[in-house]
Amino acid sequence: MSDTALDRVARATPPRVARRIRGFSDRAIAWIFVAPTIVLLLAINIFPLIWTIYLSFTNYRANRPNAVVEWVGFRNYQRILGDPEIWQTMQATAHFLFWTLFFQVLFGFALAWLINAKFRGSNLWTTIIVLPMMLSPAVVGNFWTFLYQPQIGIFNYAVAFVTGADPSSFSMIGDVRLAPWSIVIVDTWMWTPFVMLICLAGLRSIPESIYEAAECDRASKWRQFWTITVPMVLPFLMLAVLFRGIENFKMFDLVVQLTGGGPGSTTELTSINLKREAFEKWRTGYASAYAVILFVTVFGLASIYVKALNTVKNR
Amino acid sequence: MSSYSITEPSMRLKWIAGVLVVLYALITLVPLLWIIATGFKSSSDAIAYPPKVVFEPTLEGYVNLFTRQTRASAEQLSENPPTTWYEQIVHDNGMVISGPSRFGERFMNSVIIGFGSTFLSVFLGTLAAYAFSRYRIPLKDDLMFFILSTRMMPPIAVAIPIFLMFRAAGLSDTHAGMILLYTAVNLSLAVWLLKGFIDEIPREYEEAALIDGYTRFQAFVKVVLPQAATGIASTAIFCLIFAWNEYAFAVLLTSGTAQTAPPFIPTIIGVGGRDWPAVAAGATLFLVPVMVFTILLRKHLLRGITFGAVRK
Repeated sequence: MSDTALDRVARATPPRVARRIRGFSDRAIAWIFVAPTIVLLLAINIFPLIWTIYLSFTNYRANRPNAVVEWVGFRNYQRILGDPEIWQTMQATAHFLFWTLFFQVLFGFALAWLINAKFRGSNLWTTIIVLPMMLSPAVVGNFWTFLYQPQIGIFNYAVAFVTGADPSSFSMIGDVRLAPWSIVIVDTWMWTPFVMLICLAGLRSIPESIYEAAECDRASKWRQFWTITVPMVLPFLMLAVLFRGIENFKMFDLVVQLTGGGPGSTTELTSINLKREAFEKWRTGYASAYAVILFVTVFGLASIYVKALNTVKNR
Repeated sequence: MSSYSITEPSMRLKWIAGVLVVLYALITLVPLLWIIATGFKSSSDAIAYPPKVVFEPTLEGYVNLFTRQTRASAEQLSENPPTTWYEQIVHDNGMVISGPSRFGERFMNSVIIGFGSTFLSVFLGTLAAYAFSRYRIPLKDDLMFFILSTRMMPPIAVAIPIFLMFRAAGLSDTHAGMILLYTAVNLSLAVWLLKGFIDEIPREYEEAALIDGYTRFQAFVKVVLPQAATGIASTAIFCLIFAWNEYAFAVLLTSGTAQTAPPFIPTIIGVGGRDWPAVAAGATLFLVPVMVFTILLRKHLLRGITFGAVRK
């Protein structure tokens, strides 16, 4: 083998040290390898989480570090659950979640099914469709405000071209009724490819022999679709829905740049609302309780997700 | 394939499928092409009605993106004739360049923080993934779940204590702080993806190396790492794209020295209203590298976005 940097390091290592390294038991190596990851995650994820839980029982305000911190018990939690503004936020989030998942599953599955017909050039077009998904949501969301401009925006122009309406007669992000849909449209544009890719993997995992057997039994194409294709892809689809569900429940960057939660608070999703409480109103204790509630919800979804993940994996 | 198959879709279905998919792809491309095109428009072309598809390309947006400008009087303009092509563009608008803009710095911050955190998370992730793949570790499944669950946390929910921690440790608005933070966020992805890749490398290779007198560590470095190279490279690209795109932590924890491009690009404004060509130019420079990486990664894309659950 050629003389690599590593060989040189090995030769330069004093024999005493070298013997010690070589002498590491498998168990020692395992722990040396795993420890840095666990330590870093404890320091930057778990420690902050515990701190959040502590803060959620206090009236601490981060912009007044010298004020006396009082223990307030569950008062923050009571106030959150009784706050009509929070329920409005939850409603906006639910609207966003439901419709983005609905459209992404619809278009994602349809596209995957079409791509699976393996027409010429399908790989190239799949790659093109996937592009929006990998881009920075903040930068893209910000640019979409330009596409949504009432008169000069190309989105309004395209809608006007198709429907014959006046392009300056509606404003997607300025109108209370349209704004919730403006974020659904951009999110669907961005994330449909995600659902599509996972569905495609599901479709390709179905062994051809099943269809051949169905064909021998004279099952119609329609019946084959509902009794073979759909049930076999369903676990994959579930995985995609759960993943998108968790991600969109946490949604922040895209919507903050697109509408900033407005007009009024019509598109103020939970993360945006939380950011406002924590970093604009500086109600740190209250916001921490809010964060804990969000975290518990996401954690619940996540454990379902991991179960679904294992089901798919074991197939 | 020449052999006849009853499950092969009919020619007509293929045609319809092809047309529909291409149509969707073209529609989905419009916003991206529009960003790139707007970057090369003059400010009046960018806001023209009806929207201009055919226009005379100019580098005005890019020049505005990289420079700070001040309005100049007619005399000042005639006294200082432009010497370079970019000064000429600015000159034609009745302005003079007063210095470089912040965009270059912010872009470099993105590069430094992106590559720094990617290197760290792939390095630590490879070690941990190898250990999880090859050794019996107590509570392995629980630890793996714990690692994954850290990724599920809403960034805003942990941002409060991280903000306080960074403030106390003097890490707010520093490269080191952001690198550390992104490393922690990316580690879960790195460990899960790399474990999948390392699981696929047959143990027999290492066992053969051990019999040949290699130590465990040598076997890891000289046998496993080269075999896992593709996996490590694609994991690195995924980590890089995440760090590159991250916005929530960046906007809350950085404001100056360490601010990355995503919180900066939306704040670009021109003289009198938003300078959309400059915004589009910044967005283009920021997004195109990711598009290139996505095309390079296409084979491993599915794996990356599902934490290695779906392998195709």
